[in-house]
Amino acid sequence: MTQNSTTEPILEVDGVVKHFPVKAGAVVKRTVGHVKAVDGVSFTLNKGETLGIVGESGCGKSTLAQVLMRLEPPTAGAVRFRGEDIFGKRGAELKALRRQMQIVLQDPYTSLNPRMTVGDIIGEPFEIHPEVAPKGDRQRKVQELLDVVGLNPDFVNRYPHQFSGGQRQRIGIARALALRPEIIICDEPVSALDVSIQAQVMNLLGNLQREFGLSYVFIAHDLSVVRHLSDRVGVMYLGKMVELGTEDEIYTRAAHPYTQALLSAVPVPDPSVREGRSRIRLVGDVPSPVDPPSGCRFRTRCWKATEICSTDEPELKVRSGGGAHQSACHHAHAENLLPG
Amino acid sequence: MSETTAAAPHGAPQDNGAAPPLLEVSDLHVEFHTRDGVATVLNGVDYHVRAGETLAVLGESGSGKSVTANTVMGILPMPPAKITGGAIRYRGEELLTATEERRRELRGENVAMIFQDALSALNPVFTVGFQIGEQLRTRRGMSKRDARNRAVELLDMVGIPGAKQRVTNFPHEFSGGMRQRVMIAMSLALDPDVLIADEPTTALDVTVQAQIMDLLADIQREREMGLILITHDLGVVAEVADRIAVMYAGRIVEQADVHQLYAKPCHPYTEALLASIPRLDSKGTELQAITGLPPTLTRIPSGCPFHPRCPRAADRCTEIDPPLTALPGGRASACLFAEEMAAR
Repeated sequence: MTQNSTTEPILEVDGVVKHFPVKAGAVVKRTVGHVKAVDGVSFTLNKGETLGIVGESGCGKSTLAQVLMRLEPPTAGAVRFRGEDIFGKRGAELKALRRQMQIVLQDPYTSLNPRMTVGDIIGEPFEIHPEVAPKGDRQRKVQELLDVVGLNPDFVNRYPHQFSGGQRQRIGIARALALRPEIIICDEPVSALDVSIQAQVMNLLGNLQREFGLSYVFIAHDLSVVRHLSDRVGVMYLGKMVELGTEDEIYTRAAHPYTQALLSAVPVPDPSVREGRSRIRLVGDVPSPVDPPSGCRFRTRCWKATEICSTDEPELKVRSGGGAHQSACHHAHAENLLPG
Repeated sequence: MSETTAAAPHGAPQDNGAAPPLLEVSDLHVEFHTRDGVATVLNGVDYHVRAGETLAVLGESGSGKSVTANTVMGILPMPPAKITGGAIRYRGEELLTATEERRRELRGENVAMIFQDALSALNPVFTVGFQIGEQLRTRRGMSKRDARNRAVELLDMVGIPGAKQRVTNFPHEFSGGMRQRVMIAMSLALDPDVLIADEPTTALDVTVQAQIMDLLADIQREREMGLILITHDLGVVAEVADRIAVMYAGRIVEQADVHQLYAKPCHPYTEALLASIPRLDSKGTELQAITGLPPTLTRIPSGCPFHPRCPRAADRCTEIDPPLTALPGGRASACLFAEEMAAR
């Protein structure tokens, strides 16, 4: 996948913030606080590359996907597609932008309309963007797409319930491909699938990227899956990006304690390493995003935390080593947590 | 051939004459009667677990791992399910023919179970203290106060901070990981010696999963329990299991010690599963995906149910359905090529 990636930025995310108001009161609703779902996230996606985003539930990774897709307006920050701010676009301009960015969702059971045939589901983008496929040509285009994602083109008149989970995810991918986008945001695309099917869909995503020169933002909680597909990886915790680097930097030289804890908690499918493995066990749960801790948000669960962590919020920046490996920790220290 | 298959009806071969199994499932058959016909959900399942041992039952959705567990617990919805054959023995006592009263005695007291989704397994309108104490009051005749105190002890044991205060909380006031701890506390209330954990960490985040798996392993060691861990996660299995039973289309296709299984799988399905997972410690290019889909249980293929997806399949695989057959080293595999694979 690396062979296609360039250093030409296609999507620049700059300090994106998304807060959801928390309302209380039976008759008169008043805002009593904000869920700080995404709280200042910045990164750049280069053309043809896959940027993996990992984090546990509630870290804001799916909200980030919604904001990038312009499904949710941001509270603050900017996102530029090929240098142009996406939040400033309206009307025809916005419509043209939507062609360039598509999303694949996690749950292939609820993200497809059960009353529409597969042909209608995959062809629906053409209704909205008729310039991509003239009416007479649509059936053929849809069948081509089915073929591209490894489904039988004759299935065009079937309904979603006639397909298995892996096949439905392929339908979702075909729909995302229909308008020939440049960027696909994959929000946990394989986490609802069985092990034997997961590999098929991951291979498909890899092949499509090579074939069409796609750029992916690949959001997942499974660190092994993310490593397999990503060129660069960002780690999120409680609405913040805490570490960002190449796949190799994140997995073999993780510098942020949270990344280290995540890596050491992943069960490794090799019983011969289970005795000798170093483990970091976090205590407690993720704090509430309504009222995150002062300073570093991870400090309440961090074994390295000192005075400064509660007063100064660490910035995401290059700390040690070289390259562009950034981490947001006052005590960042690169370590290899992988067994063997 | 006949000599080696002799071990099959009683499931996994008896390794090195250790203690008799606490719980033994043999040749269990279960059907579901559905609109689309009869689904053969279990087609001769054999496994056993001994005291102080962790048996992992590994399989994908629809392989029958949860149905086996629910049959053992006697909580299978009948109809649509129908047990058409086999036996389940707890310390030698046959459960399938036991009275409902006897089964209720054993449930919780001897064999307990925890479920994947703790939020729907707990009753939302009662405090966790009430729910943990309920069994103690009805089965042990404890007073309300004693049951409450015991519930606090149990919550404390499973690592819930401030157990004394939390005992009056409702399930929704706990996080996912804490809720799973409550479930574990509840399952331990009557001191069972077999615990069945059905995907206990699947809904949890990886750092919380690690906490819960550590807790289960500690409890199992301390109490010398037999733990049956049902999961689809090859990583979790490698970290905690002593023995593994791999399920496919309603039967055990391979059974082996954890180290044997990962070092040298002797069934093509196990081999393919291990090859298809992405690894944390390497960045491959192409995963070796298993082609096709698991069979529809109303139409299981003739011969070996895995043959349409199997890279080793030969003509005879479409006709012969190989039984789970013992191999050297106390392991077993249900494949015509098992001996060949073992000799590699």
